[in-house]
Amino acid sequence: MKRTVFGGHLLPWLLLAPQLLVTIVFFLWPAGQAVRQSFLREDAFGLSTSFVGLANYRALFRSDEYLNSLQVTVVFSVSVAVLSMGVSLFLAAAANRVVRTGRVYTTLLVWPYAVAPAVAGIMWWFIFNPTIGILPYLLDGLGYDWNHSLRPTDAMILVVIAASWKQISYNFLFFLAGLQAIPASLNEAAAIDGAGPFKRFRTITFPLLAPTTFFLLVVNIVYTMFDTFGIIHATTEGGPNQATNILIYKVYEDGFLQLDLGSSAAQSVILMAIVITMTMIQFRWIERRVEY
Amino acid sequence: MFRFMSVSTLALMASVTAAAAQTEVHWWHAMGGENGAKLEEIVAGYNASQQDFVVIPTFKGTYPETMTAAIAAFRAGEQPAIVQVFEVGTGTMMAAQGATYPVYQLMADMGEPFDPAAFLPAVVGYYTDTEGNMLSMPFNSSTPILYYNKDVFEKAGLDRETPPKTWEEMEQFSRQIVDSGAAPCGFTTAWISWIQTENLSAWHNQPIGTLENGFGGPAAELSFNGPVQVRHWENLARWQEDRLFQYGGPGGGDDAPPKFYSQECAIYFNSSAGRAGVVANATDFEVGYGMLPYYSDVEGAPQNSIIGGATLWVLQGKDEDVYSGVADFFTYLSSPEVQADWSQFSGYLPITQAAYDLSKEQGFYEANPGTELSIQQITLNEPTENSKGLRFGNYVQVRDIIDEEFQALLAGDKDAQGALDAVVERGNAMLRDFEATSGN
Repeated sequence: MKRTVFGGHLLPWLLLAPQLLVTIVFFLWPAGQAVRQSFLREDAFGLSTSFVGLANYRALFRSDEYLNSLQVTVVFSVSVAVLSMGVSLFLAAAANRVVRTGRVYTTLLVWPYAVAPAVAGIMWWFIFNPTIGILPYLLDGLGYDWNHSLRPTDAMILVVIAASWKQISYNFLFFLAGLQAIPASLNEAAAIDGAGPFKRFRTITFPLLAPTTFFLLVVNIVYTMFDTFGIIHATTEGGPNQATNILIYKVYEDGFLQLDLGSSAAQSVILMAIVITMTMIQFRWIERRVEY
Repeated sequence: MFRFMSVSTLALMASVTAAAAQTEVHWWHAMGGENGAKLEEIVAGYNASQQDFVVIPTFKGTYPETMTAAIAAFRAGEQPAIVQVFEVGTGTMMAAQGATYPVYQLMADMGEPFDPAAFLPAVVGYYTDTEGNMLSMPFNSSTPILYYNKDVFEKAGLDRETPPKTWEEMEQFSRQIVDSGAAPCGFTTAWISWIQTENLSAWHNQPIGTLENGFGGPAAELSFNGPVQVRHWENLARWQEDRLFQYGGPGGGDDAPPKFYSQECAIYFNSSAGRAGVVANATDFEVGYGMLPYYSDVEGAPQNSIIGGATLWVLQGKDEDVYSGVADFFTYLSSPEVQADWSQFSGYLPITQAAYDLSKEQGFYEANPGTELSIQQITLNEPTENSKGLRFGNYVQVRDIIDEEFQALLAGDKDAQGALDAVVERGNAMLRDFEATSGN
């Protein structure tokens, strides 16, 4: 590869400037503000401010609600990741086998990704609404009284389904691309040696898909932790009794509804730390262990 | 062609300067649906009535959304001149001296004639400081009442003209309705917090906090876990199990109105201002109205109900001519004609004695049975310190806590005493937080 060497210092900085500016204005500056705010206690209107050190953080880890929110987030993220990746791997494997109409299926399966989270949330809210929804009506016929506005498990199932549904398309595309990159000769050779379809999937396809799977795992967890705000907001609003109040929704609720900016900022800083840790795990360990 | 264009450009410029000469007064409000359309109509009436100011109303969503939007805008220096804040936000707004412009002071500064005595005491009492000064302009105040489906009552073998007076009758009527198959559910309710907890307490002359429900200062503590409240929550949970009562959801209870409109539930509690919605939606059956029920063995019940709804707060940081527009608009808004029209349409209480008298004169209450109930209910008895309202900081959050603990109760995770104890404990933590942040 040919390396370009710049003579002075000015030109490289100038070329980098637009990107640096965007990073500083839209990431570093607000993140710095959040860190600063997390050490302060302030009234809603910002009329009086006092420095309280780590009090906001201490209060968080002593609060049952925050610990509950952490737990809810773990359950939610893992469920969504497992469900959406499982279903999309199955669909991708199926679409990969279809020879003639594969493209049609692919197109249809990608559609949900274009739906905005809030719209998806409203749609699922309608389907599951205990008063006017179609699903509770059908479930009632089976003898199950669906009520996600009261039953924590129902509410969790609802948000997991709504969040997974949206993510399936995305995972599907990556899995399909991963599957198509696996040389057919490997599978054919194994088939000649007498390996059945399940054995071939377990010993050939799945290991070769590992990089895709791990990439998707991280992307999905980041998705459930940050991008599902619209779904939660449109369906359960964190209820009932905080059963679906995931960390990102709690940041919003405490900051924008309850106007407790100090605590909300401390929560964002913790979230930021979680993401940084996850990214480091992704780069340090997982990427090394995965065979390419 | 060229000449034609230049003439029209001139005309355009002239109209732009004419518009610029009018001072804009921004008003953020939370009135959606039928009442929102009526509000726009009132504003249009004001804008057409004079040349100097133009009021621009903007719908900002629910009450909490509107309030937080205004606060966030204030921090960014982009606040509107007027914002509609619901009654439980009063404590927060009052503590924000320097951010709000008290109405009595604004009217005095702008030289606008203003007589606080013209307003109904049951309404303004909620919004005056300890010296009796009016801090915000009452606009839409309401009180919860009972709506019922006369046709279902008749089908169940009940008298179609008699709503339940007591909670004992409520249970009995609901059971008869469900057992006879007239409707699958006896009653539902909006606002567990406002109606089934705060108003229940006032109606039975029970305190919900120390220091006169918080009017006496920010050191007040909550006391929701009294015997009457516990008994009522226990009953609601039991009635839900027996399918006599259906939960309408947290906050304003969005699922409650459809249950009533679709004739699933025969009785429904909501604000008297829900009347416009009820009239518009209850097209297949006849609606009756009633006062809130009470427990007949509780001494002093029924006392009087308390108000809800919102007032208009003026925010600091605008030019003087904007404030003179606000003062002028407030005078228009509280005039008997506008108030009588607004309250007759929406079901909100008339906020001035003159507006009440005008509606009476026009024969409105006689022609529309049930509409006067709300006024009779808030003025039923001289308010006691338990029934003149409540004033706590961070109370928006306390309302959320009430909803969450009620959900825990209905889900069977807690009993009524445990849930209400938790409301008090968690709520007090919120009050102490507020005391700490607003005190320094």
